[in-house]
Amino acid sequence: MAYISASVYTSHVPAIGAALDQGKAEEPYWQPLFAGYKFSKQWMQEAKPDVIILVYNDHATAFSLQMIPTFAIGTAAEFQPADEGWGPRPVPIVQGHPELASHIAQSLILQDFDLTIVNEMDVDHGLTVPLSLMCGQPKTWPCPVIPFAVNVVQYPVPRGQRCFQLGQAIRRALDEYDEDLNVQIWGTGGMTHQLQGPRAGLINRQWDSQFLDKLINDPEAAAVIPHIEYVREAGSEGIELVMWLIARGAMSDVAGEAKPKVRHRFYHVPASNTAVGHLILENSR
Amino acid sequence: MALDKPYLDIPGTTIFDTEQSRKGYHLNQFCMSLMKAENRERFKANERAYLDEWPMTEEQKQAVLARDLNWCIRTGGNIYFLAKIGATDGKSFQQMAGSMTGMSEEEYREMMIKGGRSPEGNRYLGEDGDAQPHRQPQGNS
Repeated sequence: MAYISASVYTSHVPAIGAALDQGKAEEPYWQPLFAGYKFSKQWMQEAKPDVIILVYNDHATAFSLQMIPTFAIGTAAEFQPADEGWGPRPVPIVQGHPELASHIAQSLILQDFDLTIVNEMDVDHGLTVPLSLMCGQPKTWPCPVIPFAVNVVQYPVPRGQRCFQLGQAIRRALDEYDEDLNVQIWGTGGMTHQLQGPRAGLINRQWDSQFLDKLINDPEAAAVIPHIEYVREAGSEGIELVMWLIARGAMSDVAGEAKPKVRHRFYHVPASNTAVGHLILENSR
Repeated sequence: MALDKPYLDIPGTTIFDTEQSRKGYHLNQFCMSLMKAENRERFKANERAYLDEWPMTEEQKQAVLARDLNWCIRTGGNIYFLAKIGATDGKSFQQMAGSMTGMSEEEYREMMIKGGRSPEGNRYLGEDGDAQPHRQPQGNS
C-alpha cells in the first residue's frame, strides 16, 4: 500500500528560482532565505520518497483563460519546465508517475472530486521552485512527481474546507494502491502577498504566524478560514494558501491517528513581493 | 438575487472574479499570446497593429499602450496574464507590482525589505492606510 510519510509546505516565488538559476543564492538579499532550506535539503536526502504529489498552481502558463480547471492532475510520463516569457528554467525535466496518478484520478472521481485529467502539460515555477528549494540543483530530480494543479488565479478558488477534504480523499486513494510506495505530499504557494493594485506589497507577519500554528495544531480550524479573510488579511494572492490544506488533509492525524511531528519551520520576509513560509510535518510510522 | 461579493470593500484591490474574467477575456488572451517569441517580436515591432488583431475594447488597448497596469486591471486584466507584457518589456515582477503603487522601483523595493506594506488601515475602504484611494499615488516620485 502507498502511504504518506510526510507533508511539505513552501512558498513558490518565481524570483527564488531566478536567483538560484542566476547564481545569486549567496547574495545578502537571498542568503537568509536559502539558509532556511538548508535543513530541508538534508532532510530530503534522508527521507527518500518514492513519489511526490506536488500541489501547486499554474500561473497563466499551461492554462490560459480558454479552460480553467479547478483541480487538475498530471498523468503524463514527463513534464517539461515551461517558458514563462523569460525562457524555460534550466532545471531537470519532471518525471511523472502515470500509474499512481491515474489510480488517484480514478479513486478521487469516485469519491466525488471531479478532477480534470491532464496528459500533456508544461509545468511552471509553481512546481519547479519548490523542487529547487527542497532538492537544490541536481541533474535529475530525486523521484517522480505527480503535478496536482489548483485554480487560484480566477476567483472563486476552491474553498479551504473542500481542499482539506480533498487531501483526506488522496490519503484514502493511496490506501487502495497495491504497490508499497513512500509518498510525500507538498502544498505550495503563499504566504501573504498581493501583486496587484495600490495595495501591492502587503505582508501580514502576524496572520502568517497564526496560520502556521493553526495548520500544525488545529487544521480543522485552518480549513474553515473563509476566502474573504485570506483576501483581506493575506492579500489577494495570499489565497494560494488553500493549497496547503490539501497536503495537510492527507496527514494521518486527520484520519484519527497520531499528530505529525514538526521537523522544520521557517519564515522569511521578503522574497520579491512575498512572505516565504515553510514547514515539514512527518507522520509517525 | 445577486451573488455576494464581500471583497468589494478592500482598498487598492481588484478581485479577478468571473465578471472581471469575462470582461478581460481578450485582453488576457492577448497577453497569453506573448508567451511565444515570434509574437513578442511582432508586438514590439508595431504594438498598435498587433493589438488591433485582437477583439479588445479601445480602452483596453489604450491601457496596454500606456503600460498602466491598474487601468488594465480595471478593464478585466489579471496580473498573472499582464506579467507577460512585463516579460516582453524586460521587467521583473517586482517592478510590475511596484508600478501599480506610484512608488519608484527603489521605494517599493525598500518597503519590501523593511517587511512589506502593513495591513493596518488597509483592510477596509474608509480607513487611513497607505493603500486607500485618498492617499494615491504613493511615494515621492
